[in-house]
This record gives sequence, structure tokens and C-alpha cells, in this order.
Amino acid sequence: MTVHNLYLFDRNGVCLHYSEWHRKKQAGIPKEEEYKLMYGMLFSIRSFVSKMSPLDMKDGFLAFQTSRYKLHYYETPTGIKVVMNTDLGVGPIRDVLHHIYSALYVELVVKNPLCPLGQTVQSELFRSRLDSYVRSLPFFSARAG
Amino acid sequence: MSRQANRGTESKKMSSELFTLTYGALVTQLCKDYENDEDVNKQLDKILFSYFLPRGYNIGVRLIEDFLARSNVGRCHDFRETADVIAKVAFKMYLGITPSITNWSPAGDEFSLILENNPLVDFVELPDNHSSLIYSNLLCGVLRGALEMVQMAVEAKFVQDTLKGDGVTEIRMRFIRRIEDNLPAGEE
Repeated sequence: MTVHNLYLFDRNGVCLHYSEWHRKKQAGIPKEEEYKLMYGMLFSIRSFVSKMSPLDMKDGFLAFQTSRYKLHYYETPTGIKVVMNTDLGVGPIRDVLHHIYSALYVELVVKNPLCPLGQTVQSELFRSRLDSYVRSLPFFSARAG
Repeated sequence: MSRQANRGTESKKMSSELFTLTYGALVTQLCKDYENDEDVNKQLDKILFSYFLPRGYNIGVRLIEDFLARSNVGRCHDFRETADVIAKVAFKMYLGITPSITNWSPAGDEFSLILENNPLVDFVELPDNHSSLIYSNLLCGVLRGALEMVQMAVEAKFVQDTLKGDGVTEIRMRFIRRIEDNLPAGEE
């Protein structure tokens, strides 16, 4: 099992943070384009899912998977979106994504008055804490699939 | 004899007197910096952005993230639920009080928060030359900023204030509209 990469978006589609671990193949387009595509896809999938839902939606869309990877999605009522791509062996990881939001993003970015909101996070502390948290996850391992 | 603010599970406690006095110092400084009370009221509710002195609105914009991270409250379905969460969860968490919710408008888009005792004014008496100062106006800015981040445009204002001789403190909240998410410009 392994973690490929992680995106953090705000409500306006700004990519606040991106990091990757075991990603062997790149998308072949500039990173900015990739963020836009990713956000656009999430935006559409969200509205599609809520339109199709036979009952009132609660948490909305949680994850999707292809034959090679699984995309996990977590969104707060303020529109912060945490997206993590892993391989197929990883189960539901809502608590992990919630932890990234509540214990890392809120604690280290939102509560830091020197970090302006709504633009790429510059905080080195945030980056390194996030990196070590992801590396410490039980499903993080070097045997990339 | 200090009231302790209950700050959730990982509770960090601080003396509410220290908090009250700190807030007092902020208001006093603003009264020195600005010529008339109207400007101070505006500053407390502040719209302009300032990194180092984020007040009301700017506090709300950040505080809502902390609130969501800590409280595990999901999205509210209507304004009544929002009112309940504000009074019973948010005020309790940050100020240690639970205001009561009354005076719903027939359309359900306006209500009042009644604060029996407002911890911000524990040691405050308004001097005569500041009769139009809305001392706790910061709270309105916080409410407005926080709700805007969860896609609700609201108006918040003080209609009664114990500092002005009223029996209770009353904040009137009015729902304006739901802010829709839009796809950022320049995307297909």
C-alpha cells in the first residue's frame, strides 16, 4: 500500500498545497494546469453527485477508484478540499484527511496570522509536519504499486 | 474567581478576566486612534484586511475553521439549525455562555441572540463622551465573517446593550442570501 500525492484546495479553487511521494508517472502537463483540471473535475463530480442523489446528501462524494489508484476526497463546510491519491489497497481514510485539515492546516496555517489565507501555503513548518505525518501513516510504504 | 472558558476536549483554559481586559485594551486603543465612535464601531466590525490586527470579520474568517476542526458540526440545513449551533455550540465554546434565541421573524430569516451576561463587558462602563460606541461590535464582525465562509451572507447588529442601560444584550441576525460556489474564471 502506498500514498501517491496530495492536493489541498480552498473554496475558490486555489491549490493551497501540493506534495507527492510515490508518483512514478507525471501527467505531462504543467502543474498549474493539473491543479485546474483536478479542481474542475472535483467541482463537476460534486454537483453531479448531488443532482443524482436519491436522498438528501450528507457528506457527498467520498472517493473513486480506477484500476490503478484510488482518489480520496474530504471537504469542509468552508469549502477546504483535501484530496489524496493512494493505491487500491487503502480503505476509507476520512479520519486521516480530517486530521490533515484540523490538526495541520487549521493549527499551522489558519491560526498563524502571518499566513495569508487564499494563496499557496508558504509555511515550512506546515510542509514538514504534513510530510512526516503522511510518512508515518500505516499504509505509507516504499513498495509503490 | 475567574470563569474558565471551556475549550472542547483538548481544552486550553484561560482566565476570562484576562480575556475581558485584553479586549478592553483593544477597544481603548481604537478609541485613541480614531476620532469618533462611528469609526471605532467600523473598525471593530472591520472589513479591510490587516495582517497584524485582524479584528471581527477577519477573526471570524479564521475562527470558523477552528470551530469546524474542533466541533465536528456538519453543514446546517436551514437558518434555524444555524442559530442553534451558533448559540449552543459556538458561543459556549468561545465565550462560555449560551445566549437564548428569540424573536424569529415570520419568514424565518431573522432572529435575536439574547446575551444574559456578556463577558466582554464585565468591567466596563461607557464614559459620557463615547455614548455612541458599540463596545462589543467585534462579535458582529466575527459572526458575519464566520458565516460568510460557510456560504451564508448575514447582517448582524446590536439592538440592545446593557452598557446603554438596556436590561439585556441583544444581537439581531438577518439572513441575506446563500452564496453559491462558482467555478473559477478561465475554466471550461
